[in-house]
Amino acid sequence: MSDELAYLGRRVVAGKMSRRDFLGRAAALGVAAPFANMILANTAGAQTPKKGGALKMGLVGGESTNSLDPALWLTQVPQNFGSTWGELLVVQSPEDGSPQPVLAESWEASDDAAEWHFKIRKGITFHNGKDLTPDDVVQTITRHADEATKSAALGVLGDIDTVTADGDYVVFKLKRGNADLPLLLTDYHLVIQPNGGRDKPDEGIGTGPYKVEVNEPGVRHMSVKYDGYWRDDVGHVDSVEVIVMNDNTARMSALQSGQVHIINRVEPKTVSLLERVQGVVIEAVPSKGHYVFIMHCNTAPFDNADLRMALKYAVDRQQMIDQILLGHASLGNDFPINQSYALFPEGIEQRAYDPEKAAFHYKKSGHSGPILLRTSEVAFPGAVDAAQLFQQQAQAAGIQIDVQREPGDGYWTEVWNKQPFCASYWGGRPTQDSMYSTAYITDADWNDTRFFNEGFDKIILEARAELDDAKRAELYREAATMVRDDGGLILPMFNDFLDAHREEVKGWVKDPNHETSNLRAAIRVWLDQA
Amino acid sequence: MGSSRILILIAQRIAMGVLLLFAVSALIFAGTQILPGDVAQSILGQAATPQALANLREELGLNDPAIVRYFRWLGGVLTGDLGTALSNGRDIASSLEDRLGNTLFLAAIAAIVSVPLAILLGLLAVRYRNGAIDKIISGLALASTSLPEFFIGYVLMLFFAVKLQWFPSVSTVYDTMSFVEKLRAVALPATALTFVVLAHMMRMTRAAILNVMQSAYIETAELKGLSPFQIIRRHAFPNAVAPIVNVVMLNLAYLVVGVVVIEVIFVYPGLGQYLVDHVTKRDVPVVQAVGLIFAAVYIGLNMIADIVAILANPRLRNPR
Repeated sequence: MSDELAYLGRRVVAGKMSRRDFLGRAAALGVAAPFANMILANTAGAQTPKKGGALKMGLVGGESTNSLDPALWLTQVPQNFGSTWGELLVVQSPEDGSPQPVLAESWEASDDAAEWHFKIRKGITFHNGKDLTPDDVVQTITRHADEATKSAALGVLGDIDTVTADGDYVVFKLKRGNADLPLLLTDYHLVIQPNGGRDKPDEGIGTGPYKVEVNEPGVRHMSVKYDGYWRDDVGHVDSVEVIVMNDNTARMSALQSGQVHIINRVEPKTVSLLERVQGVVIEAVPSKGHYVFIMHCNTAPFDNADLRMALKYAVDRQQMIDQILLGHASLGNDFPINQSYALFPEGIEQRAYDPEKAAFHYKKSGHSGPILLRTSEVAFPGAVDAAQLFQQQAQAAGIQIDVQREPGDGYWTEVWNKQPFCASYWGGRPTQDSMYSTAYITDADWNDTRFFNEGFDKIILEARAELDDAKRAELYREAATMVRDDGGLILPMFNDFLDAHREEVKGWVKDPNHETSNLRAAIRVWLDQA
Repeated sequence: MGSSRILILIAQRIAMGVLLLFAVSALIFAGTQILPGDVAQSILGQAATPQALANLREELGLNDPAIVRYFRWLGGVLTGDLGTALSNGRDIASSLEDRLGNTLFLAAIAAIVSVPLAILLGLLAVRYRNGAIDKIISGLALASTSLPEFFIGYVLMLFFAVKLQWFPSVSTVYDTMSFVEKLRAVALPATALTFVVLAHMMRMTRAAILNVMQSAYIETAELKGLSPFQIIRRHAFPNAVAPIVNVVMLNLAYLVVGVVVIEVIFVYPGLGQYLVDHVTKRDVPVVQAVGLIFAAVYIGLNMIADIVAILANPRLRNPR
């Protein structure tokens, strides 16, 4: 399907097909307009890169507490800066979500997907001059998979039994089959470091196109081109500077006055204003991230399936998108997967706002009295307004929601995953399997809806080891339906990534996997200076 | 005789300050203990697994009793060792050095502009009191104080950075910058801070001098034919120095400890943002160190104000 779309995209760029026809064909292939537009934009962006120039990025999400140790990365500044100096084994394709080789040249799996052989690319050097060896890969993976580690990637690597070097290969033996292993290795924490970073995890030595020059956490980071870099399709500018700008207005003015080339997290409210500024381009990309209201399925009154269903019908999703995110989002359907994922289950009916059905289920649940919804401005941008809007929408169905605003400081430790009903957000995961196993199977690390369903767990495990895509897709459809109809997840919207850059920045790849072009804007773009 | 009494007074005042600082250190330590949440959870964030949390808690020594940790910390501070930041393992003293330098630089620039300006405007307002000049000066100063500092910052940014492009909106300063480049970088935040502190100092100068102007000896000075400015300069101002120095010191302290909003808006790497980052991560050693520095600045500047007041008081200088 994606081959055909890519072909059609090239025809549009060549002027042999109109944009309108392209979107029509894409719809016929079952691809929604925002995604089709994205494919088109990426095809059109394929021009010849120019080399040179000093790229400056002003990003939110940097603190004086940041470290260069990839295991500790949580926010955008270390993540983005990390992709300038570090590399992964595999990255996810912006077009179809498939695994693409980076430091791993190729890979193959055993029939039960329980044993994997990754061939490690040869002739690559770290910035300290040392050659990359399969042993460095083994050490990196085992460091992150170690129970004693502080790595945020620990959960992703739970299935791994042993990792060993074998000639040019690294062999993964898993506790059970996992057809998605290459995609799990796209986790941004898994930067390959010399000896796995065991000697000095925060020294900032990697194989990336740029080497670390300045590291002032919470202020700025800078990296300059590494002469011995192994490929020339990324890393076009001479140097990359990431400046921490946590204030929205500071980022906007820095971009407008041309002091930075790229900013992230444009506020939905200000997009239309920024669009009118000359020399500025907005990059809105549909993402896997979603804004949610979560109910604990095992806590009264949310242990009642009818009450959960009532609340799901009581949300007007379109109104929420229009008023909270000013249209920069796509509809959610109460399961955490959208079209950005491979094997997206097409054709599940979109749940719509229906106060009558909500009132029917509410009555059937037998519940009475107000329902307490906790929210905070840190839950997601606009979460306080969204909760109040939800309150009004539910009123039409005769459901009374009390909104309680919680302090942002401590929200993730005191409210989220503790209180039975609150606002929250999820970033995307590389695969459906990793999304479900992170938060929806019974023993998930963060089962924040307390969704305990043995049948569901079995489906996820079965799908994990299934190498036949058609069978897998069918299993995922079943899983999605179960979460949608029985789970504690109210998912009104998938947010767009909203980034902006100066128009001299060319080659921006629209990538649904992570913001700022899957954290790789710095190495993908080039500067077209007059 | 008189000078030894002054020395005793000053020594007493300094001893008070040191004692106060110790008391504050105990308070800061106690305060950081009752912060809600847990250091380990804050460091690892939403994505922490229970196992990783337990490992980190063990490693950070969070399981020792509080009193042990207090004296361990106090001993370190007295020997110049502030420890390492929990969150990223960097040495606190060396990270603080840069940040404190930046904060003091910005505060100094703002003070060099605002203090003389405020006193001059205050003197002018007294000289032409209740006239048009007085009203214009007081009105403008009050207006600039009433506006929140982020608003002043954004307005300055809009006109001088985005529209006119005279100064950068991003004030990040680097070690490699020359002094002039640094001055240009901090022009906008220093201007914003000047607006914020100007009115308070100006109004107090005006009020203190006007107060003295009611005294009988000012009338005598008028009667012996001195010009209004000479009266203010030779008779009123020296007698109003103590309250003026007091308010100047308070504002200087504010310039050092209270500028986190301006730092964030102008992306200035000062101490305020450094503190806020570490508070949200529950990075207790850093919060304690910065808290202690802020307390020392406040206590130190107030001590200077008191000492100036002692020295400026003729009754203390020449006891009967």
